[in-house]
Order: sequence, then structure tokens, then C-alpha cells
Amino acid sequence: MLQSKSFSRKTKQGKYLKVVREHYLRDDIYCGASICKDKDCKNQETRLNLTTPSSTLLILDTNVVLNQIDLLENPAMDDVVILSVVLNEVKNQNLSVYNRLRALCSNNLRRFFVFSNEHHKDTYIKAMEGESPNDRNDRAIRVATDWYQKHLGASVRVLLLTNDRENKKKATAEGIAAETIEAYVRSLDRPDLLDLVVVRQSSGDVNMEDVEDHRPSKRKAIYTEHKPMSEITSGLHRGIFHQGKLRVNRYNPFEAYVGSESIGDEIIIHGRSNMNRAFDGDIVAVELFPKEQWHDGKSSSIAEDEDEEDEDVHLVPNSSDDAPRNTKVVQEASNGMSSDSSRPTGRVVGIIKRNWQSYCGSLEPMDMPAATGGVAHALFVTKDRRFPKIRIQTRQLDNLLHKRIIVAVDSWDCLSRYPSGHYVRTIGDIGDRETESEVVLIENDIDSRPFSAQVLSCLPPIPWSVSSVDLENPNRQDLRHLRVFSVDPPGCRDIDDALHCTPLPNGHFEVGVHIADVTNFVHPGTPLDDEATQRGTSVYLVERRIDMLPKPLTEDICSLRSDVERLAFSVIWEMTPEAEIISTRYTKSVIKSCAALSYIEAQARMDDSRLMDSLTTDLRNMNALAKIMRLRRIEKGALTLASAEVKFQIDTETHDPLDIGMYQIREANQMVEEFMLAANISVAEKILKHFPVFSLLRRHPSPTKEMLEPLLRTTAALGLGLDVSSSKALADSLDQAVADDPYFNKLIRILATRCMTQAVYFCSGDLTPPEFLHYGLAAALYTHFTSPIRRYADVIVHRLLAAALGIYKLPPIFQDRPQLTSIADNLNYRHRNAQMAGRASVELHTLIYFRNRPTDTEARIVKIRSNGFIVFVPKYGIEGPVYLTSKGDKGGGEWFVDEEHQKVKKMDGSISYSVLQAVKIHMEVVEPQPNRPKLQLTLI
Amino acid sequence: MEYVSPEGLRLDGRRPMEMRQIRAELGAIAKADGSALFEMGNTKVTAAVYGPREVENKSQQLNDRALVRCEYGMANFSTGDRMRKPKGDRRSTEISLVIRQTLEACIMTHLMPRSQIDVFVQVLQADGGTRSACINAATLALADAGIPMRDLATSCSAGYLNSTPLLDLNYVEDSAGGPDVTVGILSKMDKVTLLQMDGKLPMETFETVMQLAVDGCKAIAKYIREVLQENTKQLEYRRGL
Repeated sequence: MLQSKSFSRKTKQGKYLKVVREHYLRDDIYCGASICKDKDCKNQETRLNLTTPSSTLLILDTNVVLNQIDLLENPAMDDVVILSVVLNEVKNQNLSVYNRLRALCSNNLRRFFVFSNEHHKDTYIKAMEGESPNDRNDRAIRVATDWYQKHLGASVRVLLLTNDRENKKKATAEGIAAETIEAYVRSLDRPDLLDLVVVRQSSGDVNMEDVEDHRPSKRKAIYTEHKPMSEITSGLHRGIFHQGKLRVNRYNPFEAYVGSESIGDEIIIHGRSNMNRAFDGDIVAVELFPKEQWHDGKSSSIAEDEDEEDEDVHLVPNSSDDAPRNTKVVQEASNGMSSDSSRPTGRVVGIIKRNWQSYCGSLEPMDMPAATGGVAHALFVTKDRRFPKIRIQTRQLDNLLHKRIIVAVDSWDCLSRYPSGHYVRTIGDIGDRETESEVVLIENDIDSRPFSAQVLSCLPPIPWSVSSVDLENPNRQDLRHLRVFSVDPPGCRDIDDALHCTPLPNGHFEVGVHIADVTNFVHPGTPLDDEATQRGTSVYLVERRIDMLPKPLTEDICSLRSDVERLAFSVIWEMTPEAEIISTRYTKSVIKSCAALSYIEAQARMDDSRLMDSLTTDLRNMNALAKIMRLRRIEKGALTLASAEVKFQIDTETHDPLDIGMYQIREANQMVEEFMLAANISVAEKILKHFPVFSLLRRHPSPTKEMLEPLLRTTAALGLGLDVSSSKALADSLDQAVADDPYFNKLIRILATRCMTQAVYFCSGDLTPPEFLHYGLAAALYTHFTSPIRRYADVIVHRLLAAALGIYKLPPIFQDRPQLTSIADNLNYRHRNAQMAGRASVELHTLIYFRNRPTDTEARIVKIRSNGFIVFVPKYGIEGPVYLTSKGDKGGGEWFVDEEHQKVKKMDGSISYSVLQAVKIHMEVVEPQPNRPKLQLTLI
Repeated sequence: MEYVSPEGLRLDGRRPMEMRQIRAELGAIAKADGSALFEMGNTKVTAAVYGPREVENKSQQLNDRALVRCEYGMANFSTGDRMRKPKGDRRSTEISLVIRQTLEACIMTHLMPRSQIDVFVQVLQADGGTRSACINAATLALADAGIPMRDLATSCSAGYLNSTPLLDLNYVEDSAGGPDVTVGILSKMDKVTLLQMDGKLPMETFETVMQLAVDGCKAIAKYIREVLQENTKQLEYRRGL
């Protein structure tokens, strides 16, 4: 049973504790090579498939893995042995690289093998007297390399790849073949791979050639040196520095925020030099400026950066998280003492943890160097404006110039204005619809790969139909006799909800909401479930849909189509004609939908007074109930918010947008929505009652004072007082905000919408019940139950509800609160990304649509700037800046801003523009730089 | 934290179903009537048995069976941080009780009425699984003292980390906060005398984890039996038989 032959002890010196741990050495760790002839080597799986005799087996040093992970991910690199000592070092130094490496090792298509050299009886070594851990690990790598060479014999070349000069020297001295990564890639004769190699010049590493600037003494330090870690730690302890995550303003890359727990407020960082090479998402240490400098930090710092970009035309934000955050430009121009002066500002003194990733973008247009084929230096501009330009080296400049590419960051020296990075891969041509859609997906971390064979093998065989087993299941009720129907947007193929409404003899109604029974097919712990957990939600782009579940499930087996029997999870109420719920019942069921209506059809049936068939009567009854429910909900303080959703008509062949218009909301939409809300609330109550600490719910936090401030300022300028003390008060005052202008109320609602936070999923054990509140719906409890085909949260809630009814056992992961919390966090992240991707896709198509259609239209001013204003175009749901002065002369003194009345006036008072005023604008796509089109708005 | 690597090795190099190295020695304390030293990896425990002897406190005397007393203690130097611990704290009282109950189930107490058996177990070095090690040591010491027993009571722990059942948790795995099942059995009679669990486990998983612990107990029982037989041979040899 105990297979270890001998064991030795490893001591680790902790703070002051001596920890003694056992370390077992084994003889059952095998080499993983298919050609291994050693009869003791009982390889269970051979990952290293050395076919040709001349092939090479690569063993990597830690520094190679850490710096060259992009190269390793390229399929050209194979037959690689990852030693466990390397794996551990990588894990300690960079978790994200570690995760990528682990993914490589578990990928069946790649030939990467993990060799547990630390537990192998022949390759384990003890640290020698006076040997540093680093040297010991290097020696361990060499010993393992040597072992491999001896084990596999002379037919295979075992090559150690290291960029550590010392290690390479020692290896050669010991007779082990060793190369630097550059030399190895060079020997492969693949110029495209060379771009992936990170060339890093630090003192200990091997310089393959001197490409560094030859006159370092003449270069001026642009950024201040980062403080050493020891100083940062002691500074954090003494309260001089503050630690937090840096968030760059999405709309102004020269402004960043650090949420610090130690001062309980956000610290504002102005300008790149104060940001001191920190990226969005880095954990940084910040030093505060003295209080008197708190308000003038901006004006001094922004001037240093030469390339201030102007704002783009974008979609109307749906919540405060998407919206531009600062209105300071206006404030500071108007009066020196802005309200921001009380907010702390500071500068970054050190970076505790980097959040470098790879970024999508394109190269800055530049002239071709005279000699092609050589190494060219280029500047890479990320699509996301929060990140600075990145300097890269390339040997294929002409290939990359007009392409969307992905670049990873390697380092940022304080002598260099921009970070340096390396090319990872090409996506496609700039401006091409497919490429740009791909960029949208990559930027939002959306997995659009087809489902793997493993996932697809979890699906039931097609064609699928309800079997007698399902019908005989005592937990499943046969509701096929009910007149069930569904109402969805036209062309909807993944129908996940259906309704029925039957009058009862006592004058009440039986109303049922039937949701596709996805959990009957997606079982916990299967690859299908894991994939869905990761994807979290379906993503709807303008021209395509990226499904959370494979197509057979979404469009056929789960979809509640008409005239076929389908499995459902039903919530059935008995309601009085006054829409009071008498009783609620939950059951798994079999239904047969009699009609799949679109909103338009349903509306038309209800409106057509000649139709008196039973289905139409059901619709009318439901609509009457829904109206009462809606009224009651509004009574309780639910907000009716407006958003400007647009709808494209897409050419079926070219996928180019043909027409664009506002999405029209009908009574039928509201009717369905009302019953879905009611079902969600009923389910939330049920699962929370059974599982008070591990239910997955959805909450919408109340907006803070600060978030509502822009709204209040605008309405105050219009002489309108909004009461924001509660959602009820806000809803009432929004109702009262009417003017002669019919569109006025909607505009105010749109402005209010962008002040709200986004609703989030959470685990009920993490918060106290008062925090469960859903502000927008004015519901004490809310969850998502009604769309399990396209949202994973609903799948979890289905499982919780099934467990609450005693149908299934609760999967073990739900009994683990931290795990549920992490699932909820992932769902929020995916949900948000899906929304961002959807918006980006709409923006992209708007641009394509206007490319050949310069348009004049009416717009509304929503925000005043010192050199113009932001307008909202209701017809197309977009907003963007209109400049009164040309970009060159800032302010120019010709225009001034009246902060109190939210007006921008010409100096002589002849023309003035005030907020919410209607203006005529001209919309046109211009290309200031080749291949970089943008939508421009001008006043006419 | 990753307690089992994708290669299937635990932090110390064992596979999930493997126990630590075990070692046992009889007669570690000459003064006692029976004594033993038991090691499971870095966990090292001594047990000393006195008795059966006259009951010290007559009021506790039982007329139909022997009184079994047990005292568990941890040496101050047994853990990394050396500190003086008060005797009889909650934890050691509980473990004393657990050991006593396990042993009472296997000692044939009815053969020795109005007498007392004292078992002292002392942890010399702690690295997880002290409870199990103490029971194993006590069983050996009882056997060494020649006290009649129905069977050998042995114990082993198992846990569930990274969705893998793990046998014989060491200190690092024990303090991971996962569920931890300690099982004591009478190996030949296939009876469970001790079953404790910290944390929660779904029923099916619990059964696999417990089965793993039972297998561990049986392996320990086999080893203990060998040690006892070897010891008997030695005694025979010394007597010149």
C-alpha cells in the first residue's frame, strides 16, 4: 500500500516556526514519452509523442515559462516537459501564467507533460550547504534534464531551454544540451514565431544581441522609480501609503481611481505620470498629496500628455457603471472651488500586483521603413482607451499594419514613455465586420468557440421526444391538457417561457408560468454543466448569438415550441380577478404549447375585438391581471425606467445593417414581463425559505447620493425638483416631470436610468436580508428563474427549487458557500461582459450603417461641456459630443459655461444652448486616419 | 489551495489512497505494565498501560467489570510553537473520553471486576491524526500488558479535499478546513467503535470516505498484528524456547 521507498524531510523556515514536513519519494512516476523503452516505465498516458527520431524533447526553465507563455501557447511548441519544480515556481510568481500553463498541460491536443521531479526517487535533490533556493531549483532542473536524457537514450535529443546565463553555463559544463529560447526559435526557422519571443534585457539574462538603446545615460527618466517592496510594506503599515486596485476612467484614460480601504474613499490619480506605469486592474500603493494640492492636480498633469483624445460617439449607457464619470471639466472651468476638491488625490509609488493581460488593438499608422524584413519598432494602440500605447518589435510590419492584432505587455521601464510588449496573434483586417466582432468578443472575454465533443456527448440523442419514463415520473405533472402558449420577440428560437390562464369555477383564475426544464438535461458535474458555468450567459450580438448551451438544447429539446410536448418547470398560481395570489404551487411538468406567438401577433389578437376564440380570451384575461399587478408594483415604488434600445434590420446575406430604429414596447411585452417578475419573486421566496444561507438571489442596490448628483443638477437647472429619498418618491417625482414637450419625460427617465447601479447576483448567506432589496423593482426578494436556456443563474435556481421540492438532492457545491459566492461573482462578470459586448456590437453596426448614409436628424443636449455639449440622438439611441470650437484651440474664450443653468453661451450672449434643448445635427462617418472610421456629429 | 495536483500527488508526494509511513515499537516504557510507541509519519505517540490493578478510589469501583481510565496529553514540544498548556483542557478531555470509549469496547472488562486499568497516551510530535495514532498506540500497549481483548481496536482518519477522498490527513491537509472523518474499528469483527466527523459531507461521498478510512484501519491492524507476532517471537527466543 505504501509505495514510497524512502523518505527524507524537508524543513521550511517560516516566520519563526520550524515546520517539518514529510516528503515522500516514489518509484512510480513515469516519463510520459511514447518511445520509452524502459520496462519499469509503466506509462499510463503518453503525452510526449516523439515520432521522428530527430525530434527534440524540451525542458523549460522557470524564467522561460514566465516570460514566454504566449510562445508556448503557439501550437509550434510541443513535446515539452514541465517539471513540478518549475510549476511551483511559476505558481508562486504569477498565478495567471500558472493557470495558462495548467490549461496547456491538460489540453489533449498539445503535447505537454508534467513530470513530478520533486517526488521522483532519482531526480529529487537536497539543497546543499549555502545553496540558495534558486540555485537549488536550477540544479534540480538540470538533474531532471540529465535523467531524461539518460532514461530515453541517445535517440532523442533532450534540450534544456533557459534564459538564465548562469544556469546555461553550468548545464553546458555538466554536459547537458542547453539553449536560450531565442536561439531555439531561430533554429526552427519560423520568422512569425520570433515575434512572439519576448526579449528582455536584465542583468542576469543572456543578451542575444544588443538591441537596447546605446545611450542610456542620455535618456531622461519619464516616470519616478517604483519604491522597493520593503518600503511599500512598511509605508502601508504606517499609513503613509494606501493600497488598492487601480481603475482607469473608461472615458478619460488620464484619470484613475484607487479604491482604498484604509481611507474609506476613492483616491483620484490624475495623469499618466502620477499613475506611474500602473495599468487598469493593478493593485497599487498610493501616496496622498497634501490637502492643498487636491483640486489642482488635474490641470497641471494633463498638459504633460501630448495626445489627449476626444470622446467617441457611443451608445446611451444603461446604468451608472457604463456612464462617463466625470463632469469636472465643466466644474473647473466655471469655478475654482469645485466639489471635487474634497476628494483625495495622490500618486502611485509602487505596484504590488500587476494585472497585465493581452490586449486587442492595432498598430499606429506609420511609414514603412525602407528595408523590409528587418526588425521594426511600432506603437500599438489598444482598442480599449484605458490602456496606454504599447511599444512592440516586429519583423512583419507590412503584414500587421492594417490588422487587428493582440499584443501582450512584458515590461515598463521608467525611462520609457510606453510599456513594451510583444505580438501574440492577428485577428483580421481593421474595419472588417467579422474581425471587429471578434475583437468585441475577445475584449469582453467571451468564449465563442464551438462546443467540444465532450460537451456535445452529454446531450440526449436527437430527435428527442417526451418518453413514457418522463410521463410516469411521479414528480412530473401532466399538463398537456392545458391551453399553454408562448409570447416572444419575432423570430425567437430559444423559447424558454410559456403561459396559461384558465378561469376557475369560483371566478378565480389559474395562471401558470412554464419554464423550459433545462436541468433535466444539464446535470451537475458533467462537462456540459462545467461549460455552461464558465460561459454564464448567452451573448446576443447584432448579427449572431453565442449560446450558453449547445444548439440542439437551446433550439429544440428545451425550447417550448408550439404543438410539441416539452418538459417544463411550472409555477402555478390561483389568482382572484383582482390579481391577488391565493396560492402558489411549483411542479415539474409536461406541457404542449398550442401557439408560439410573437409580441406583435399577441397584441393584434388582443386588439382585434372580433376575435373571441379561447386563446384570445386567455390573453385578454392575462393582460387584465398583468395591468393590475403592474399598477400595484408601481404603487409600491417600482421605477419605470426608460432605455433607448435600438433594433437593426440585418441583411440576411451580407449581414450588413439595413435599417435601424427604436425598439417598440407593446402591452404584450409588459404582460409577459409582469408574469415573469411574479414567477421570479415567488421562486425567490420559496428557495430562500428552504435554503436561507445558500440561495442565489439578485439584488439591485439603492443608488448613492453621489450617483444621483448629475441627474439632480440637470433637473435643478430646469427648475424641477426630484425627490430621491426612496424609490417610491423618485418614481412619483418622475411621473410628475412633464412639460409641453412630449419627449421630456422619457428624456428625464433616460437620465435617471444611467444613475442606477447594475443589479447583481449574490449568495444569500453573504448579506443580511435588508440588503437583498431590488431597488428598481421595489421587491424585497428577487431572483432569476425564467430563462434557464440563456442564463446559468436560472439553472442554479432551478436546481435549488427542485431541491426545495424534494425532487432532486442539492448538488454538493451549493452547500459550500464560498463556492456559490464565486459562482455568483463569475455570473456577474459574465453578465456584465455580455452586456458590454452587446453594446459594442450595436455601436459597431451603427458605424457600419452610417458609413454610406450621412444623416441629418434631431438630437437632445444631455450634458454641457466647456467646448461643446453631449447630445443624445433618440432615433438611433446613441450619444456623442458636438464641438462648438475646433479641437485645436481649447475653450478659446468664445464660449463660457453657466454651471447653474446648465447652459453654454457665446461671449456676446447671442447664442446659447441649454440642457435638454433640441438641436439639429448632421451625422457622418469620417476617417481621420486610414482604416479608422468614426462617427462624427456636427451642428447644423 | 491545491491539495491534490492534477498528476494525482498530494503535497507530500503521497497518492490519495496512501497512508503515511507507520512504525510501531513495543516496550518503550519499562516501568509500565505494557507500553508502545506508534508513529504515523511525523506524528509520534507513546502509550503506557498500568493494570489491571486495585481501584484507587473505592467509590468508583465497579463490581461487574474493570474500570478503564484514560489520559491524553500533548507534550509541550510536540508542536512547532512551544507553549505550556494547562492539563485537562476541553480538547484533551474530549480525546481522552474518545479513546477510553473505543478501548472499553474491545477490552474484556467483565473478566476483571473490581479492578482498574490506566492508559496514558502522550503525543511527542504532532502532525495531524493524533487521535488515531493514540488509539493505535493504546491498543498495542494493552496487548503488550497482556490485557484480554476481543480484537485489536485500530483507527485511521480520512478527509475530502479538492473533490478527492484522502486517506490519513497530515497537519497541512487537516487544517485545510475540509471534512475530516476519524474511524475506529475492531478489524476482525468488522465493527465500528468510533466515528467522528468535522464538517459536512453529502451522504454518498461520506460513505466512500468512510470506507477509505475503514480500509486504512484494516491496513493498520494488519501491521499491528505483525508487530505483535514479531514481538512474541522475540520473547520466545529470549526465553530460549
